[in-house]
Amino acid sequence: MMILKMKKEDLSTFLDAVKEWGELWGPTKKDGKVSFSKVDSLSQMDLKATRTIIPPKKFLYPPRFTMFDFDENGYVERTGDVPKRILFGIHPCDIHGVVIMDKLFLETYNDPYYRERREKTLLLGHSCIPDEKCMCIATDTDFIAEGFDLFFTDLKMSYLVWVGSTKGHDLIRMKPELFSRALDKSDILNYTAYRKWKNTQYKTMVDFTGMPDIFELGYSSQVWDKLGDKCLSCGQCSMVCPTCNCYNVVDDVELGSIEGTRDRFWDSCMFREYSLVAGGHNFREKRADRLRLWYTHKLQAYIGEFGKPACVGCGRCVATCPVDINVVTVADALKEQEVGK
Amino acid sequence: MKKMCVVLEDREIRDNPFTPDMFRIVRRYPLTNDVNFYQARPVDVEEALKFDYKPGQFVMMSLIGEGEAPFSLSSTPSRPGMLEFCIRNVGTLTSTLHGMKENETVGIRGPYGNGFPIDKMLGMDILIVAGGLGAAPLRSLLLYILDNRDQFGKLTYLHGARLPGEMLFREEFIQLKDREDLNCLLAVDKDDTGKWPYKVGVVTELFKDLGPVDGKNTFGVICGPPAMYRFVTPHLVKLGIPKHQILMTLERRMKCGVGKCGHCAIEYLYTCIDGPVFSYWDVLHMKEIIGRGVSDKTIA
Repeated sequence: MMILKMKKEDLSTFLDAVKEWGELWGPTKKDGKVSFSKVDSLSQMDLKATRTIIPPKKFLYPPRFTMFDFDENGYVERTGDVPKRILFGIHPCDIHGVVIMDKLFLETYNDPYYRERREKTLLLGHSCIPDEKCMCIATDTDFIAEGFDLFFTDLKMSYLVWVGSTKGHDLIRMKPELFSRALDKSDILNYTAYRKWKNTQYKTMVDFTGMPDIFELGYSSQVWDKLGDKCLSCGQCSMVCPTCNCYNVVDDVELGSIEGTRDRFWDSCMFREYSLVAGGHNFREKRADRLRLWYTHKLQAYIGEFGKPACVGCGRCVATCPVDINVVTVADALKEQEVGK
Repeated sequence: MKKMCVVLEDREIRDNPFTPDMFRIVRRYPLTNDVNFYQARPVDVEEALKFDYKPGQFVMMSLIGEGEAPFSLSSTPSRPGMLEFCIRNVGTLTSTLHGMKENETVGIRGPYGNGFPIDKMLGMDILIVAGGLGAAPLRSLLLYILDNRDQFGKLTYLHGARLPGEMLFREEFIQLKDREDLNCLLAVDKDDTGKWPYKVGVVTELFKDLGPVDGKNTFGVICGPPAMYRFVTPHLVKLGIPKHQILMTLERRMKCGVGKCGHCAIEYLYTCIDGPVFSYWDVLHMKEIIGRGVSDKTIA
């Protein structure tokens, strides 16, 4: 992969230049909460912030959007109204999340809605400082080698810039004078030192080794019932998880007409109606069953299929769940056969 | 030798797998109190013969303003041109569908799912066990085998319904009893009419009338309400049918049909693309397929 070097102070100039390609979005802090917002320049961004409340999946796969307009003649797809965006400041875990989403939405059957947004959104990653909830080191998602267009690693005096796609390279070519190919020994040493230092920053330790077997052994464990008693079925874990892709589809009809829209919106397997079939049979009536599905999917099934968990270690479930059910507490509960308070 | 160039099929390349095509209902009549039979064909008649599928596959059907739901095909691809469905009135979409008349249109996309592994079933004996609405997808397989009768071995069809009046395709199946190239056995749980000339009892009672079965060379195929799998599977195992030759086709909630929406997930498999046809072996190692308690207790 092509790696270039850029002076720290040139980032602002670079971002001003690339706005020609599309809207610039980056992490901003408002009332102590971090989210991606549309910005005019680097100065409005908060690059020290760790995680946004909602992962960047919302740009590739919005919480609610219209798939079709329909009338009595049939269904007409609605595409083409997606703006071109540059997302700056995405962390490795979230890019790993996007790579998993790519797998889900672009393999087997190609989802044209996801594809359109993916093609019109450039991902410009940025290195990060882990906080007490981060555990990407346990899920092997603390560094990233694919899925982004550019990736900026902050080495105090300068940036090392990984060029991950031709589109990323096109951005570089808008301001080629800011970048240099001349990397020297000190860059390698600085980068190695950064990796070493990052590895020492983690406070949450969790071990997902052997999880598929532990899930299989614990399928009928009473741990699930205990966790189910705590769970509120609020579905927030699904909303904030970078790899939750489930959705629902409803037709919205204008009153007294047969014209309307078919809309798709985020769904969660924590909701009671999720597995309900016509006639009232529910394959996952109990909260424990639904909770087990969620965690089985992340920590057992996905490992079985792709060799790694569908958890990218971002810590959002740790930060969000009101009753402290998250990948760490569930993995521990299954291993210890005891549910913490 | 000169290389032949590959001739591509003359088919529209579908960019959006979610777009329904409009189909016209050409025939509909009640099969029972709450189940209707439908025949539908593309509004664009040119397309009618191009719609190809396998027995056991399903389509997503849209009604304007009511949304979309999966329905299994009851017709056989060996009789092309018309899709057939039997649909029970159980929800908002199906109740609207029940109010629809001939010549009204519905949206259909598909076919989806793996369907029955016909290539593996060729030359084998086939034992089909249908319960209630389970006859809907199994009729597709049954008719397909009857239309290609010399490609398969012995054919047995067992069908159980609650009451004589609730048996789907009752007259059609009773007529099949006259054919000599299959063994068609019908049962009702209770005979409220007093005129039912065949077996009264649950569907598993029919196993007593089976005669010799060459288990190793047989495919057993089940579809019915979730509870039925529990009672029927042990009978098929007892006949010596290997677990990977016992097939069941399942029902799940679905919103896409193409492995994206997540609703039909069973562990790492999706009913819509990896199923809806699963083998008993799948059921044994994936506990969620039929539900809690089935595979926990069954070891053999």
